[in-house]
Amino acid sequence: MTSHIPEGIMILSSIIRKEMLHLRRDPQTLLVTVFMPVVLLLLFGFAISTEVNDVKVAVVVDTHTDRTRDICMRLQTNPYFTFVGEAPHADIDRLLRTSEADAVVVLHTDAGELSTQIVADGSNTTLAQSAQAYIRSVVSGEDAASSPIVSRVLYNPQLKSSYNFVPGILGMIFILICAIMTSVSIVSERQSGTMDLLLVSPVRPHTIILGKLIPYFLLSCVILAAMLLISYTALGLPFSAGVVNVVAISLLYIVLALSVGLLVSTLVRTEVSALIVSAIAFMIPVLMLSGMIFPVDNMPRALQWFSAIVPARWYISAMRKIMIQQLPLASVWTEVSILAGMTVLMLVLAIRKFKNSTN
Amino acid sequence: MSGCAIQVRDVSKSYGSVKALDGVSLDVRPGEMFGLIGPDGAGKSSLYRIVATLQHPDAGSVAVDGLDVASAYRQVRDIIGYMPERFSLYPYLTVRENLEFFASLFGVSVQSGYDLIAPIFSQLERFPDRRAGALSGGMKQKLALSCALIHRPRILLLDEPTTGVDAVSRSEFWDMLATLRTQGITIMVSTSYMDEARLCDRIALIHNGRILDTDTPARLVASLDERLFDASAGDMYALLSQLRGYPGVTDCYTFGATLHVVADASFDPVAATAALTARGLSCVSITPAHGDIEDLFIKLMGHES
Amino acid sequence: MNDDKVISVDGLTKRFGSFTAVDSISFDVSKGEIFGFLGANGAGKTTAMRMLCGLSRPTAGRGSVAGFDIATQAEDIKRHIGYMSQKFSLYEELTVRENVRLFSTIYGLSDRETAERAAIMFDRLEMTSMRDTLVSDIPTGWKQKLAFSVATIHRPAVVFLDEPTGGVDPLTRRKFWELIYRASSEGMTVFVTTHYLDEAEYCHRISIMVDGRIKALDTPAALKKEYGCRTMDEVFRSVAGGAVRGQ
Repeated sequence: MTSHIPEGIMILSSIIRKEMLHLRRDPQTLLVTVFMPVVLLLLFGFAISTEVNDVKVAVVVDTHTDRTRDICMRLQTNPYFTFVGEAPHADIDRLLRTSEADAVVVLHTDAGELSTQIVADGSNTTLAQSAQAYIRSVVSGEDAASSPIVSRVLYNPQLKSSYNFVPGILGMIFILICAIMTSVSIVSERQSGTMDLLLVSPVRPHTIILGKLIPYFLLSCVILAAMLLISYTALGLPFSAGVVNVVAISLLYIVLALSVGLLVSTLVRTEVSALIVSAIAFMIPVLMLSGMIFPVDNMPRALQWFSAIVPARWYISAMRKIMIQQLPLASVWTEVSILAGMTVLMLVLAIRKFKNSTN
Repeated sequence: MSGCAIQVRDVSKSYGSVKALDGVSLDVRPGEMFGLIGPDGAGKSSLYRIVATLQHPDAGSVAVDGLDVASAYRQVRDIIGYMPERFSLYPYLTVRENLEFFASLFGVSVQSGYDLIAPIFSQLERFPDRRAGALSGGMKQKLALSCALIHRPRILLLDEPTTGVDAVSRSEFWDMLATLRTQGITIMVSTSYMDEARLCDRIALIHNGRILDTDTPARLVASLDERLFDASAGDMYALLSQLRGYPGVTDCYTFGATLHVVADASFDPVAATAALTARGLSCVSITPAHGDIEDLFIKLMGHES
Repeated sequence: MNDDKVISVDGLTKRFGSFTAVDSISFDVSKGEIFGFLGANGAGKTTAMRMLCGLSRPTAGRGSVAGFDIATQAEDIKRHIGYMSQKFSLYEELTVRENVRLFSTIYGLSDRETAERAAIMFDRLEMTSMRDTLVSDIPTGWKQKLAFSVATIHRPAVVFLDEPTGGVDPLTRRKFWELIYRASSEGMTVFVTTHYLDEAEYCHRISIMVDGRIKALDTPAALKKEYGCRTMDEVFRSVAGGAVRGQ
């Protein structure tokens, strides 16, 4: 009876203002939430590179042809490789074991047909994978015109990794920041007793929820803007009209992450457990199962299924397509629908739990 | 306006295996200062949460101003002002911002309720821009009360408003409540300080989720029908151990500067003084005493167990 | 009282920047004395107590506790005092016996001493049957008594009690004070803060701090006489009523 529209909005804006004041007067938290993503982005972009320099490559050639000589030439002149030299077939194992070579290229010519085998030292997985990719591109480079084999080269021609991490970091940051900030701020109000005061006032529960979600939504928008700015400038991500889609899907993902935080707040009792649940329960699956570090396709089937319920997996996948591959929105229809579905589900679940927990 | 301001009927509430409230019934009359007296864990806060519409009882019913708290909780929320156990304020907001925020929740301006809180808030006006988190306990208590009053509630629910606050602030606080009462506000206040009971119109003694007794403080004290004595000696601890086993003594406990001795008809204070002095105690004095709420509480607790 | 001073403080002062939290306080507490340390919120009680416990270095003045200098021998002091507050006393998720064991180890008791003292303690507290119960499952009153016994298991010269009885029912509060009486009659010095002024009457002597200074110090009876009051509550209000701080 009391909440005709203007008053409801007045109360909402008052709650939002209160939350903003709180954020502004807790500069440490604000600093961490805004600067951590930026630092993380720059760290991954510049310092922690999966690019491989100085890969030591040896070559095993059974019969030299023009093509094999050409390949050896290219390996020798390529700045990424240190050409160890030619070796007999029997030495492959020893070269890799003693780390004299990181990879050995076996060039086998049979009746004029060249077949290539790459043997790489798998003890450093990243190195092995990258080395293989590099070598393959160098080896196949001569045939580039007739047979474009390596699709990666199309969207990331230098095999640069500096912005490959952007979708992954976006996927991780938003779930972390939104879930932690929302859940901790709600739980701390419950612990201090102010939540009770809100509840015994004429304020409706959905106003309280909105009053919590909107400030953190706005904060997330600031973070998103900062991260995109860095990605498109410092990290050199190619800019295109697709950025509109990037922003739209990110906003959807932010709402999803906020709902997750709301849900967490209804399940835990203390600020510490809100923090731990948000950090551990969301960060580890995001790191491990979202495809941020390990490709989903390479996981065991069971984990692949499990990864399907990790929201970050779909977000990161969508971001890869529209941000890095610059594909049109239509190509991420599946991801977007799943994210939207998850958002609705989470919101409904969280709001219902929130209302129940307060009654 | 006839009937009760707050009517609690057979309310029970359990949290898991812990029974917080066990068939509690009480009536708070309009305009009275009603005290809920009992130690921590007695069930006071659970009862407050139910009356404040924050929780449903497992059994029983509560009506505020004739409105059922379960079905008409939205109307009830407009009538009540609730101050929870801890002084629940936003520590990062300033004194003024806290007050404005709570006013906005009820859609009222600070001005419209200001005359009611003026006597309480005046002490805080000297530092409107200090953050609530930086206030002392006594000041937090005053700000929390101001926030609970800003929408001019008819019924004030105060859950342990004086816990952890020094004696000076406590007595100031009770003076403020007395002023509010003269303005027709019904007050239900809980405390674990027994000496605060006498400041209420009527009190209910609560322990282990049950109401031990409800009445005016004077009548409750008068219901103490035991023979009670003040006892003191040079060595109080020795006196206590001696009196505990003395014939005719049913109970003996410390009470301020003296010991209170509860005794039956066979106990003769003069003979006891002589006997105890003979056992080596110095300066023994045993004189008749008047009991108070604390004696009653101890007696009723004894009956319970 | 004899001149066996367990706590001796002279001109003790603590400043935080331009704010003088404790302003040159001086007093002595004798062996076996129950000393009530009262004051309004913000009067400087906690700061003073922290200095006495060796947790905070005084800005000026001298003091000794259990024969050790509070400025230079803080570590020795910590070994010879007991401390109990309402907020932190026992580990709820450990059993009674596990708590006793933990604290005896912290205070450097041997296994044999621990076993002996624990047995005496459980017997005195009538808690033998509760030995293996989780502390979170025992009633508040028992917890409080147990916390006191644990805080004094190493038989310290002095035990500091910081508002030990907040919110406890009158019966339990009295049983708690009986423990204090007993400890005192066995020669332990008890230094206690409380908001319950009827408890102040149980103390041998009382000091009332106002705005960082000690405004009154005497026996409860003498204070009541001096201020012409009937109860300690009235004494406190007339002494602390003019406090400037507390905001």
